Amino acid sequence: MTAAGARRGRPAAGGQGPHGSMPTYLGMPAFPEAARAALADSQLRRNLAHATHTIREKRARAVAELDDWERLRQAAKAIKDHTLAHLGTYLLRLEENVTRAGGHVHWARDAAEANAVVARLARGAGADTVVKVKSMATQETGLNEALAAAGVTAIETDLAELIVQLGHDLPSHILVPAIHRNRAEIREIFRREMPDAPAGLTDDPPRLTAAARTHLRQAFLSAKAGISGANFAIADTGSLVVVESEGNGRMCVTLPETLISVVGVEKVLPSWRDLEVFLALLPRSSTAERMNPYTSVWTGVTPGDGPREFHLVLVDNGRTDTLADPVGRQALRCIRCSACLNVCPVYERAGGHAYGSPYPGPIGAILSPQLRGIADPVDASLPFASSLCGACYEVCPVAINIPEVLVHLRARVADGKRKKIISSERAVFQASGWVLRSPWRLRAAQRAGAAGRRLAGRSGRIRRLPPPLSGWTDTRDAPAPPPESFRAWWARTRGGASRGRGNGQDGGS
Amino acid sequence: MRIGLFITCLTDSLFPDTGKAVVTVLERLGHQVDFPAGQSCCGQMHFNTGYRREAVPMARGFAGAFADYEAIVSPSASCAAMVREYHQVLAAGDPGLEREVAAIAPRVHDLSVFLTGVLKITDVGAYFPHRVTYHPTCHSLRMLRVGDAPLRLLRAVRGLDLAALPGAETCCGFGGTFSVKNSDVSAAMCADKVAAIRQTGAEVVCAADNSCLMHIGGALTRQRTGVAAMHLAEILARTEDGS
Repeated sequence: MTAAGARRGRPAAGGQGPHGSMPTYLGMPAFPEAARAALADSQLRRNLAHATHTIREKRARAVAELDDWERLRQAAKAIKDHTLAHLGTYLLRLEENVTRAGGHVHWARDAAEANAVVARLARGAGADTVVKVKSMATQETGLNEALAAAGVTAIETDLAELIVQLGHDLPSHILVPAIHRNRAEIREIFRREMPDAPAGLTDDPPRLTAAARTHLRQAFLSAKAGISGANFAIADTGSLVVVESEGNGRMCVTLPETLISVVGVEKVLPSWRDLEVFLALLPRSSTAERMNPYTSVWTGVTPGDGPREFHLVLVDNGRTDTLADPVGRQALRCIRCSACLNVCPVYERAGGHAYGSPYPGPIGAILSPQLRGIADPVDASLPFASSLCGACYEVCPVAINIPEVLVHLRARVADGKRKKIISSERAVFQASGWVLRSPWRLRAAQRAGAAGRRLAGRSGRIRRLPPPLSGWTDTRDAPAPPPESFRAWWARTRGGASRGRGNGQDGGS
Repeated sequence: MRIGLFITCLTDSLFPDTGKAVVTVLERLGHQVDFPAGQSCCGQMHFNTGYRREAVPMARGFAGAFADYEAIVSPSASCAAMVREYHQVLAAGDPGLEREVAAIAPRVHDLSVFLTGVLKITDVGAYFPHRVTYHPTCHSLRMLRVGDAPLRLLRAVRGLDLAALPGAETCCGFGGTFSVKNSDVSAAMCADKVAAIRQTGAEVVCAADNSCLMHIGGALTRQRTGVAAMHLAEILARTEDGS
């Protein structure tokens, strides 16, 4: 186990925030501290750099094959925006059509309600063990822990999710939850935690996969209930769609007698025609494939085929609050492809665990603080976990302007600091704002700065500054202020002749 | 054409040579440059850190200082993008300021786009006999979309040996207050950028923004690499007679 993995235990259920709730990643520090720990783990950095660079290049090639990518992207954005603007209508239509097809629909306000419904349904189906399709919604609600508390064992059947589960670990990537593990580490986890692991198991990927396949086979055949999320839910027909690569999802949604799907309310699409756009965008964005190997679609129940009972649990958990924010709501367009994680230079170095939620990377940095609120220091630190380089926005298949939402959420955090009696950061920004909005005061500050050139010594570089600026000078020199600012040079050599309203006057105070 | 120089507070205060270089280049091309002294700061740092209220007077001050200019030229792609993209957000709710911003924002250009796109010039008569690599800063690339304008200008500089930078489009890790709030991740990103720069064997790394250059340059001198960080304008200002 890597140091990053060893530091973290299982997530605990609960953690009811003012908005939605997610399992509290117990003992998680705010992003900067968590990232510092991850940076010190050289194995983790190598695993992540290798994995993200590989998928990044593959995605770019897969996307370049389509000459109408930008139009697809804008179409997806428009479909999602339309659906979100009429969410109530489409959710009721979905409920009506799922019910008509023989399914049952349950509404859950938050994680606790969703988990309680699933636990009750699983026990009602006589299941002491359930098999699970990889699902972000159930990661978000902490379903596995809630089921364990209710005496039901949940088995993750996605290979990477199984590695995370067996390793008593947390996922660190939306698509590749065990991206922080290399194959040697996976072999160790299997040998330690998988009772039926073959003797002499090597770290050869096909052998590791075969061991997992054998391990899971019995669970697929014996589990009385399967649990899934859904990539899409079609309102017009009441159909659910799961997109996957391994076929484990197909097994989970067809073999058990009872199927329970836990789905965020924002996953609904109006009609089949809309699905076409997303099935073109999602595989290329996530796995860099033209088409994913398995796309399972089901509509209610079909006598003599597949599960006899189907339950759809529609989860809010902070989504309605997010929808109320005109800038922040675009995060609900997300189709969980993880392209933004793979291009993010911050994610590449900090790793997924530093984001303190099942949603890491740029999308996590705008989703978690909206779904959970910003009361917790981890959530308040997330909007700042970005250099605003914009690489995420560039690759997002539904054109979420992630930098725009980050800056929007930063204002929410800063406004929270205004309410505090003492905030050193607020004081600094108010004082610097007072200086910077006035050319006169800026010139005075420049003169004072020039007097401080002594700090730099002969090199002309400043090697040490006090906190919080010491974070800069720990690894970088700072420039010494020049003897003369540009504006002073201009005034001296050009006589200060200039036009423009305000001409040297106070720029407003 | 009435050209107003939007110097930016950082370049004004810490890198005056860049401002002088912009003036040199534009005057050499036969244009008159004015420096409206009423300008101060575009408010980007405050806006990007969440202190919008403090940034509003800065947007207002900018509109006042530059209202009369046909072209507003800046040596910072990032600050130019701030005015073009976000001053309208700051102006929201103040119809007078909204109108002023709408009129001014499209006239704000980064130096490289102003030279290649507005003046339609790539050869500015510069001479710089050194091996140079170019780092495309994120805001120039993804917000202002300057494309290859800076590279076309550099290719036209006599004597200049342009070296391709591996992973050029990856962020250097500056990110404004990110460099202090998340200094460890920022430094790790910078370390990789510096390693890529050293791989090119360049004597000079060049960019269109002094903020990123301050960050990269700070690591270059700390590591005693001997590689200099220089703004594009300062290279374009150099000529054979040594001006």
